[in-house]
Amino acid sequence: MEFQDGLAPAAESHEDILVPADDLREHLVVVGNGMAGCRAVEELLARDAGRYRVTIFGAEPYVNYNRIMLSPVLAGEKTFEQIVINDRAWYDDNGIELIAGDPVTGIDRGAKTVKSQSGRTVGYDKLLIATGSDPFIIPVPGKDLPGVISFRDMKDVDTMLAAADQGGAAVVIGGGLLGLEAAHGLTLRGMKVTVIHLMDTLMERQLDEAAGWLLKSALEGRGQTILTGANTEAIYGDGKVEGVRLKDGREIPASLVVMAVGIRPATALAREAGLEVNRGIKVDDHMVTSDPDVLSVGECVEHDGNVYGLVAPLWDMCRSLADGLTDQHSGYKGSVTSTKLKVAGLDVFSAGDFSGGEGCEDIVLRDASRGVYKRVIVKDDRIVGAVLYGDTVDGGWYFDLLRREENVADIRDLLIFGQAFASGGGALDPKAAVAALSDDAEICGCNGVSKGQVVSCIEAGNCSLDAVRANCKASASCGSCTGLVENLLAVVLGDDVKSGPKTMCKCTSFTHDDVRREIVAQNMRSIPEVMQLLHWSTPDGCSSCRPALNYYLLCALPGDYVDDQQSRFVNERMHANIQKDGTYSVVPRMWGGLTNPRELRAIADVVEKFNAPMVKVTGGQRLDIFGIKKEDLPAVWADLNAAGMVSGHAYGKSLRTVKTCVGSEWCRFGTQDSTGLGVKIERMTWGSWMPHKFKIAVSGCPRNCAEATIKDFGVVCVDSGYELHVGGNGGIHVRATDLLCKVATEQEAMDYCAAFTQLYREEARYLERTAPWIERVGVDYIKSRIVEDDAGREALRARFLYSQSFSQEDPWAERAAGAQAELHQPLAPIAIAAE
Amino acid sequence: MTDWIDIGTLADIPQRGARTVQIAGEKEIAVFRTGDDHVFALVNECPHKKGPLSQGIVHGHSVACPLHNWNIALKTGEAQGADEGCTPTIAVRMDGERILIARPVAMQAAA
Repeated sequence: MEFQDGLAPAAESHEDILVPADDLREHLVVVGNGMAGCRAVEELLARDAGRYRVTIFGAEPYVNYNRIMLSPVLAGEKTFEQIVINDRAWYDDNGIELIAGDPVTGIDRGAKTVKSQSGRTVGYDKLLIATGSDPFIIPVPGKDLPGVISFRDMKDVDTMLAAADQGGAAVVIGGGLLGLEAAHGLTLRGMKVTVIHLMDTLMERQLDEAAGWLLKSALEGRGQTILTGANTEAIYGDGKVEGVRLKDGREIPASLVVMAVGIRPATALAREAGLEVNRGIKVDDHMVTSDPDVLSVGECVEHDGNVYGLVAPLWDMCRSLADGLTDQHSGYKGSVTSTKLKVAGLDVFSAGDFSGGEGCEDIVLRDASRGVYKRVIVKDDRIVGAVLYGDTVDGGWYFDLLRREENVADIRDLLIFGQAFASGGGALDPKAAVAALSDDAEICGCNGVSKGQVVSCIEAGNCSLDAVRANCKASASCGSCTGLVENLLAVVLGDDVKSGPKTMCKCTSFTHDDVRREIVAQNMRSIPEVMQLLHWSTPDGCSSCRPALNYYLLCALPGDYVDDQQSRFVNERMHANIQKDGTYSVVPRMWGGLTNPRELRAIADVVEKFNAPMVKVTGGQRLDIFGIKKEDLPAVWADLNAAGMVSGHAYGKSLRTVKTCVGSEWCRFGTQDSTGLGVKIERMTWGSWMPHKFKIAVSGCPRNCAEATIKDFGVVCVDSGYELHVGGNGGIHVRATDLLCKVATEQEAMDYCAAFTQLYREEARYLERTAPWIERVGVDYIKSRIVEDDAGREALRARFLYSQSFSQEDPWAERAAGAQAELHQPLAPIAIAAE
Repeated sequence: MTDWIDIGTLADIPQRGARTVQIAGEKEIAVFRTGDDHVFALVNECPHKKGPLSQGIVHGHSVACPLHNWNIALKTGEAQGADEGCTPTIAVRMDGERILIARPVAMQAAA
């Protein structure tokens, strides 16, 4: 896109551009081919296209491009062609003379001419100065070394790209928007980048301290080194830049230094021409300078004491200027600016005044794990400023309220949650707003308490505001979050703020016991029916409640209820144990821990045939085959079935194993046939679904080699009969069993076992092992039901055996025969190769 | 332009369930069918420990990873609640009862 036409040798006439003799229009000369100069011409053309003859001088040898988009070019996200605003055809089509690559060096206001670097002199009727701004170069030693550049134009980008090709380290001086964009681009281009920022907060003009800190952390996470509060003393190097030295003596080696500490209005030309210049070229409301035939727009001007460095005010100025030039004087009133930026891909927004001060009140929302920070500054019920980081969707809305000086008293409670909540129809409920917050959203800023902490505090039984204040300190200091905490109490506890037992899950306000009681009382027959009748708050529950409901229904309606596979955890759905790599382990049942050559051969064959990388003896006296693929499971099961083995249910909330010792048949200490009894018990109990896993053991003597006293149900044989133990656990919290009773015969041991198992199945909560269940209800209660109530025990046993009559189908055999093959196969064989 | 691959019909996937699609050279894709018959496709890997999401419990428009119960939003692939991470999504289009997913090049771009 670079072209040289503008550099043609200057002609000799006073008027150095060719003008048709019959063109009597006033001549507008624009100094500056950047965003402001061209926008002003666009606005003018839109109002009165033929009114002026237009000539534009540009210092850079390019057509008009979008300077803001230099960062994406540096980052490699855009090409120069993609950031051009007006291409060559626009100049031609509108009869605009473009003199690019030839900067204007002087203005003669008396003669009404401008002179360019190449010596060209051009007369004007109206002159528009749109020279923009120059990068500010801090006056340190070494600032003129080769390799020290600014970040202002396409040439700087080319220099940076060339440096990045060589690799190595770069230093960016300045942690404002421009500096951070340069650092981001150079990092993406493979350079090791250090950002040196004089102030303690990055982008301190746009961001407050908290947002600046989030930004710094995010950039550091991308491998940049950010030094805040760092003062540059010198740039050193022999013939070219070699590094930067800080005032504190630190030296940072670098082959490229980008100076991006700020910009200052480019006023030299205007000053030399004798125009009134302060910080910028002084203009009135119609962008007219102290000379009525000279106008100015953009970053180079000062209007009403203000100098702007953003794009939005520039658009306002250009409109006012074009209105003035076409005799429709509207007048520029100054701009309230907002900044919505993506800094290095991170969303940042700020608007208005966020420095605080008397009468200013802050409303702050922090969600650290999502990287969101929002702060709205309110004064006299009106928004005066806003800073948003991470989630800037509501920036425009806040800015709108700010500019319109809208009274926000009515929506103040919801303001920080954004427009959707504060002005949306159904979302006006503050409870819904706090319910929508994520768990780590900060509720209490004074004491740094998150929503999750408040909720667990409430769930732990602190059911009043005072209790919450006492226990987690939320709302205990300034009290400004009291409303949020009260809403959380209401959300967590429902209408009944006093009662506090834990609900089943977040989908319901009912407890496990409530749900179970109602399932039986109302004869509910399916999960959707339960959810409907008990007012579930989610369409189809969650991964906590669905498996629980499935179990409760299965237990309540043996033989009747159709198991919902999609409400089963993966292991129960796949009838194998998922491993960390997504393969499965397979454990065939070995009754009482007994096996034989045929079974062992079949297992050995499976291991070889399916290349299982590991076989392990389990704690429950069986063999676990590891590393089986989902697709191979049915074939593995078919082979194991063929040798007479069935599923070991090592994957289920179900009866796992019955562990035995060798007993009286072989052991010299054995008192009863513990192995034989174990096999009988396993034959009776296998296949039963439980609230949680359930382990049984039978030891042949009090030496207890089968470790029966840490099992859910344990039998210890003695000379005179059988001791029955319940509620043991060998897991995280080891719990020895409680002695239930002693019985005389094998049959009694089995009957009591069936009755106890059924009591657990019917009364324990889902995912509650026997140990915590018994601690909750007390062993005396168990005894009252199993030992002291003969009829009740017999009824429990009968219900268990009835239930078992439906559950002792080997799930492996069904799958091996082809049932639910889709669970093991990919959806479709996709024949096409990846490209 | 997106190329679409026909991978089967809605009925091939159990409601509140998922099936997998393997395309040579690509990561396995999990195609989910929700309770309200929306279809979503994600790379079959939890952002946490790469658990096979296709084996998780589908609830609402989320799936709970079978390994550590992270909840992943089916539409965005993003982990819900306190967990952080994102699984690449694959565009899905329904043509009547037929399910089409975007060709893997789009998947790479998404990743």
